[in-house]
Amino acid sequence: MKKSKADPKGVLTGSHFMDGDFALAEGALAAGCRYFGGYPITPSTETAERFSERIPYVGGVFIQMEDELGSIASLIGAVWGGKKAMTVTSGPGFSLMMENIGLACMMETPLVIANVQRGGPSTGLPTLTGQQDMMQARWGSHGDYEIIALSPDSPQECFDLTIEAFNLSEIYRVPVFVMTDECIGHMHEKVVIPPAEEIELVERKWYKGPKNKYLPYKNDTDGIPFMVKVGDGYRFHTTGLTRDERGYPLLNAECQATCVSHLIDKIKDNADKIIHLEETDIDNAEILVMSYGITSRVSIKAVQEAKKAGIKVGTMQLKTVWPFPEKRIKELAGKVKAIVFPEINAGQVVLEAERVVGDKCEVVSVPHYGGWVHDPKVILNAIKEAAK
Amino acid sequence: MNKEEQNTEKNPIEAILRMDRMPHIWCPGCGIGTVVTSFAEALRKEKYDLDKIAVVSGIGCTGRVAGYIKLDSFHTTHGRAIPFATGLKLAKPDTKVVVFSGDGDIAGIGGNHLIHAARRNLDLVVICVNNFNYAMTGGQVAATTPKSANASTAPYGNYENAFNLPYLTEAAGATYVARWTALHLRRVTKSIQEALNKRGFSFIEVITPCVTLYARRNRLGDGLNLLKYYYDMSEIQHGADTRTLDISYQGKLIVGKFVDKEKPTFLDAMNEHLSSALGDKYQIYGDKND
Repeated sequence: MKKSKADPKGVLTGSHFMDGDFALAEGALAAGCRYFGGYPITPSTETAERFSERIPYVGGVFIQMEDELGSIASLIGAVWGGKKAMTVTSGPGFSLMMENIGLACMMETPLVIANVQRGGPSTGLPTLTGQQDMMQARWGSHGDYEIIALSPDSPQECFDLTIEAFNLSEIYRVPVFVMTDECIGHMHEKVVIPPAEEIELVERKWYKGPKNKYLPYKNDTDGIPFMVKVGDGYRFHTTGLTRDERGYPLLNAECQATCVSHLIDKIKDNADKIIHLEETDIDNAEILVMSYGITSRVSIKAVQEAKKAGIKVGTMQLKTVWPFPEKRIKELAGKVKAIVFPEINAGQVVLEAERVVGDKCEVVSVPHYGGWVHDPKVILNAIKEAAK
Repeated sequence: MNKEEQNTEKNPIEAILRMDRMPHIWCPGCGIGTVVTSFAEALRKEKYDLDKIAVVSGIGCTGRVAGYIKLDSFHTTHGRAIPFATGLKLAKPDTKVVVFSGDGDIAGIGGNHLIHAARRNLDLVVICVNNFNYAMTGGQVAATTPKSANASTAPYGNYENAFNLPYLTEAAGATYVARWTALHLRRVTKSIQEALNKRGFSFIEVITPCVTLYARRNRLGDGLNLLKYYYDMSEIQHGADTRTLDISYQGKLIVGKFVDKEKPTFLDAMNEHLSSALGDKYQIYGDKND
């Protein structure tokens, strides 16, 4: 993995008061993203607006595409043209992107998609929050594959995790989702952007070998194939069809197994390196509050109150939701009495916790159908109930 | 010439084909291969730098072209070849990007992208092979099927209006529009040469026979017959008013070069406008940013 420092042109070093949507754009620019193809959708539009305002001074392209199908397709093209690329959307647009997210996975194209979630299904709650696209992020495109999804809990994390998303996408050649929500998207807070030399980036894994020897999908020793871009003279081919090392279609069960297991294993086998968790007071906890995104912020109040009531509560914020931190949760399941899991959906990621934990401890879902965040009292009651 | 020498003699088209992928999947008598031949011939005549051109296809019979052409080539999703090409072109402006796909892909499922790419005057060459039906999936009715023609999902004949693609693309803003039949080999080649040298959105429609489905279902003879029929029924009218270019079932086909004009491309307009709006602070976008 070749590392480099951020290009100062894209880094707005300093302390800012900005919302999560703007912070996504600043994170992308700091990470070296120089192509943005987007389509306006509430509550994500401010990211596109920010990027379109900033990119002329940085050097790159912003294009407002005709729809989200076009946005994501254009991103894949831009990445094979050598750029780092990003788009941002919300539920309905995310649905429209699903087919080409599969193409990006199949072509092993590194790119970043931020989803500023709102309440669904359908048009749902355009201006109000939700965390209802978490399973869609994991499973939304057809077929078997793995992706990476991060979930920031603040504008600062929107900035930080967008950079992390770009780095992970380059390391594993996979689409990475930044799953934020309307609350964080429109929440103004202090965002500290460090100097460019303090921002570490991962460079694309370029192939430099002889022109007639390049195999687009031959795995390197780390399990990830090398990439080239259009115009480098390799005259390569890639396709959404099941393909062999040459990138040529090969439609049989054997090639399918090799191709698909690789798409899955490159993430699963590296889960420990990818997963980013933040834990507090875990060691003696009897109750573990698991959460991600804005719900982690809301949980803090409930956890403070529970501690005042004498309950030993630990917390785990999933900065990485996918791949799911199975190993760590299995370890903790034998130690805590219950896991309390609030989410602004009918109970999505909690299903994974239930699957992993089995009967080792109780798992309590604290659902919220969207439109607002949890009342901390609801989470507190769930903690108290679980501690009984 | 001894036998060994004979074996090393190559068809010039092989230089741009992935010969390790032959034989191709197209039916005997299909017109797609002749369009590929014209494309190869255009590159040869232009002595085009083969490292500076990429091909993007969508899905369908013509969608397979990208897989057989030995250039940087992408076989993408149904209808999304044009937006894929849009991102590629904008990321790598020094590369000529050619979209090679069928009528169903470009004008049916991808119709929205077609008109928007033309509207923006993106510097793309779009070669649209029109065989009047969805062939890969078994001859279903398409946005281009002439009225009264039979198709597997129009078993009693088609009663929908068909797109007039030259009219559509001209109205949307294309700067180069031509239509030929697959048997107009030299003219297709020349149009592709002109489009390769054009800065702007170029659209070339090529009418081809679908021998296995459209021809058989409508009892139009074999591929060669239909290829010849389309050629014989065509009338060259360069500069014809594109409003008059509707295609009727087995009727007259007006072919030719209808539009060839100059207009700033998306990137030219972007650079020009932002330079004037932002002055020296604007980072001119182009190859030096690569």
